[in-house]
Amino acid sequence: MSVAIVVDRLSYSYPSPVPGRDATWVLQEVSLSVEEGEFVSIMGPTGVGKTTLCLALNGIVPQSTGGRIKGEVHIYGLNTKLQPVADLAQLVGIVFQDAETQLFNMSVEAEIAFGLESLGKPAEEIAERVDWAMALVGMSGFKDRSPFQLSGGQKQRVAIASILAMTPKILVLDEPTANLDPLGKAEVFSVVRELRQKRGMTIIMIEHESEHIVEFSDRVIVLNNGRVELEGRPASIFSQVDHMRKIGLDVPQVSEMAHRHNQKYQTHFAFTQLDETYQALVSRLDGK
Amino acid sequence: MESNGLAHEVGDMCLEATDLWFAYEEGPSVLKGISLEIKVGDFVALIGQNGSGKTTLAKHFNGLLRPSRGRVLLYGEDNREHPVAHLARTVGYVFQNPDHQIFSATTREEIAFGPRNIGLEESEVQQRTEQALEYFDLTAYADHQPAILGFGLRRKVSIAAVYAMRTDVLILDEPTAGLDWKSTHELMQRIVALHRTGHTIILITHDMRLVAEYAPRCLVLRDGNILADDDTREIFRQADLLRETHIELPQICRLARRLEPFNPGRNILTVAEFLEGYGNLAERMR
Repeated sequence: MSVAIVVDRLSYSYPSPVPGRDATWVLQEVSLSVEEGEFVSIMGPTGVGKTTLCLALNGIVPQSTGGRIKGEVHIYGLNTKLQPVADLAQLVGIVFQDAETQLFNMSVEAEIAFGLESLGKPAEEIAERVDWAMALVGMSGFKDRSPFQLSGGQKQRVAIASILAMTPKILVLDEPTANLDPLGKAEVFSVVRELRQKRGMTIIMIEHESEHIVEFSDRVIVLNNGRVELEGRPASIFSQVDHMRKIGLDVPQVSEMAHRHNQKYQTHFAFTQLDETYQALVSRLDGK
Repeated sequence: MESNGLAHEVGDMCLEATDLWFAYEEGPSVLKGISLEIKVGDFVALIGQNGSGKTTLAKHFNGLLRPSRGRVLLYGEDNREHPVAHLARTVGYVFQNPDHQIFSATTREEIAFGPRNIGLEESEVQQRTEQALEYFDLTAYADHQPAILGFGLRRKVSIAAVYAMRTDVLILDEPTAGLDWKSTHELMQRIVALHRTGHTIILITHDMRLVAEYAPRCLVLRDGNILADDDTREIFRQADLLRETHIELPQICRLARRLEPFNPGRNILTVAEFLEGYGNLAERMR
């Protein structure tokens, strides 16, 4: 396995809104590494710098944003401070939370082809990649539709396809379902499930919903006050209910139930998923 | 909780819609003959898929939209008889997209705008503004330009701004989308406190955990119609209705449903109810 991402003691602050006064550090000595093919979720309270960290992965931070930076980010060995953002964009694709603000072309096909066209790829290759990306997100047959007539979930799938068409090695999903209704969320998460199972892509997902994090993630990184505060497998992270609540973060309801039960009855339950909880409880209740 | 002094008693009629129809311009009907009653002091969740008409319906409550047919009464008076600016003193509305609301140069001014606009004394305006900044953890951003804050912070600013007005009726359209657990629960505690002092709360949300925890009554919308209007506990029992409207129950409710053969009798909504219902699970070993 090779290492896809290395973040080494990264500190960053945006340009100060008040002239002559330095802005506070959004990220403080963040270090982490991600193996190729790993699925890593990033959690953290609102305003903790999760999006900033993602933007640092493809060089937008600090190349477009300015500000102060210490430490380094390497993507497959390339330093993101030195590589042109356009080159990094082919390695790291970022999907942001409000898809509709990213879509602006007249057809789904044009939308997905846009990035490839601006790279000057030959028409044949573009057509091929567009078809491939649309199939991957389950949107084949929507080629000629206007993106503006699509549902929220469909728009977000088009946004994901437009990034996938660039065939990045690393996909970053920044709260990909934050603005979607349950049906749209289910659509997008089924695409994520597909990518995870079939493509072996390296995926970084910023997400609040702990149930989905449990389902997908090899590893969870919890940011707090600009630092990595917790890191580990989902089961280990979500068994630390008090710590997570103190940071201000959610855990699956079955984890909370186990925790409160343990406190009250001095038991040692540890649940993160519905099925596992059901199995464990049904065997106990059956005996009654 | 300093309120504006509510003009009505809990249990009085607050909002009453009768055969409400609405279409945007020449488009198809978004609301198709909705009738409902909301009493003073109710805490109601409006649920249903995007496009089912939740936001369109709620915008009739404060006159942002006017019915194509039918009517909405607020405390017995037809909303059409009053300009939006007047209705805004009684019905506060937190928009789904905070950017539709935010326009001031600083967060502090943004929050002070509403209270000032409804004619409160300047000392009261300032006191409420500082309190809202504190309640919503925004003091550090008081002098920042709200439009360039992160999404979660912009959301909190938009909520704080409406909260500071302490309107009799408060409509919250997806207030917790994009908020972390702590912000969500702090916000809901503030809303619960308002509700306890007699404010009427209308919550539009996709988060069924919030509905289960906080809203005793649920209106389920689909395709411009009210499909169901009942106690949340009753709504959550109806598997067919939930499937039809793509509503997924909270994890603890799904667990309780699967354990139904052992169910201690009531339809469980929350983790607390689950623990209470099942007692010590370890003692139930074979």
